[in-house]
Amino acid sequence: MTPRRRKKIPVLLPGDKIPSIKGTLGPGVTRREDGKNVSVFVGQLLVQEKGKQRVIQVAPLKTAYIPMPGDIVVGKIIEVGVTSWSVDINSPYTAILPLSEVFSKPTEITRINLSKSLKVGDVIIAKVVAFDLTRDPVLTIKESKLGKVPRGTYLELTPLEAYVFYRRIGEEKFVETVKQKYGCELFVGKNFRIILIGESLEAERNAMHEIISTIRKYVKV
Amino acid sequence: MKMKSDQAIKLLNDEGLRLDGRRLDELRPLKIEVGVLKNADGSAYIEHGKNKIIVAVYGPREVHPKHLTLPDRAIVRVRYHMAPFSVPERKSPAPSRREIELSKVIREALEPAILVEKFPRTAIDVFIEVLQADGGTRCASITAAAVALADAGIPMKDLVAAVAVGKINGKIALDLNHLEDQYGEGDMPVAMMPGLKTITLLQADGIFSKEEFKQALDLAISGIQVIYRKQREALKKKYEKMIRTVTGGGS
Repeated sequence: MTPRRRKKIPVLLPGDKIPSIKGTLGPGVTRREDGKNVSVFVGQLLVQEKGKQRVIQVAPLKTAYIPMPGDIVVGKIIEVGVTSWSVDINSPYTAILPLSEVFSKPTEITRINLSKSLKVGDVIIAKVVAFDLTRDPVLTIKESKLGKVPRGTYLELTPLEAYVFYRRIGEEKFVETVKQKYGCELFVGKNFRIILIGESLEAERNAMHEIISTIRKYVKV
Repeated sequence: MKMKSDQAIKLLNDEGLRLDGRRLDELRPLKIEVGVLKNADGSAYIEHGKNKIIVAVYGPREVHPKHLTLPDRAIVRVRYHMAPFSVPERKSPAPSRREIELSKVIREALEPAILVEKFPRTAIDVFIEVLQADGGTRCASITAAAVALADAGIPMKDLVAAVAVGKINGKIALDLNHLEDQYGEGDMPVAMMPGLKTITLLQADGIFSKEEFKQALDLAISGIQVIYRKQREALKKKYEKMIRTVTGGGS
């Protein structure tokens, strides 16, 4: 998205009334006991048209990552179990990567050593297949473009930086720019983590530099 | 219980001013800063008169020990602690009976504002460190903790603001300091969610008549409105400065 007009969007605080716009309430907004629709975060108002529906939400400037089925995330293996791996996905909930979501063929668990395929410290690009807050999220790496990242540059954004990167800069645009300019593949996880895979470390570094400096234009540290 | 031998101590002068020169309905100077700690998810520093308190919030995060986990909501844990150097006589750093109780009342004052059901099986930890104490630290702690929680990105219905009121030389006064608390006839800390008009903490020590109680509560509510404004200013200041918005909404 190109910066067209300079317009200040006010920062909403917890308990601030949402201006009365017709539409359904999305995340970040709650109807309180006193009947008012209020923001629950420090964030900015976001009105999205989804088909015929209009969704009113508050985009938090800071928040914990809560997995959603279908999200592409960047994870780190933290534990190798008997039939599954535990994966840190930068969230209050540790994700599970079961054996069946790694190998397509049926495998004999007595014959196989899990740490041969993925060991502690490995970085993976994975997709959340299921999560409903009652049990830990389940990941898969069986689709194309998913799986272990053999090498690359890894960056973890703060929630505010991520907010700016997703909402204000537009990640799709950036993926293209980085590909053309530096020949790097950019993976953007929904969990505030970014991976760059290029031909050389230098290309990756230059691309990362551009990403960071672009974010810095919007966010002061 | 308040001491009976307080007749000798004059907490109000002939012009009706208090020991530190304040009027009866005047707050002490208040300063709130947001995001003072790098490692914490959210933090705040408050100077309320001579009180200096730092608050760090971590979470939502995994619960350790695991058996404390609740299946339908997050648990909120609060640790109120006074530094050994926070009072004139060295305080033992071990948690005292008073600190354990204050941790509990502060937790119960904050919990109604937090949407704990958004994060089942997690913990939200609030660490309150009193660096310098001069009466009314529980109220200042609640005020700062609410700001730190908002800074940590924890969903809340409203901020929580708190102030103490009390009775000195027979008159109702706002925001007692240490001397007034010690030698006055009563004190009453009040915390509330100003937007929701809901009281989340109300304690009282000493004797208040029905009229005095009403007057004290009204005074506390008016004081809380001022504190609430300061909390909002502090949060806005940090975030509006940090984010330079260029374009209108979009995804």
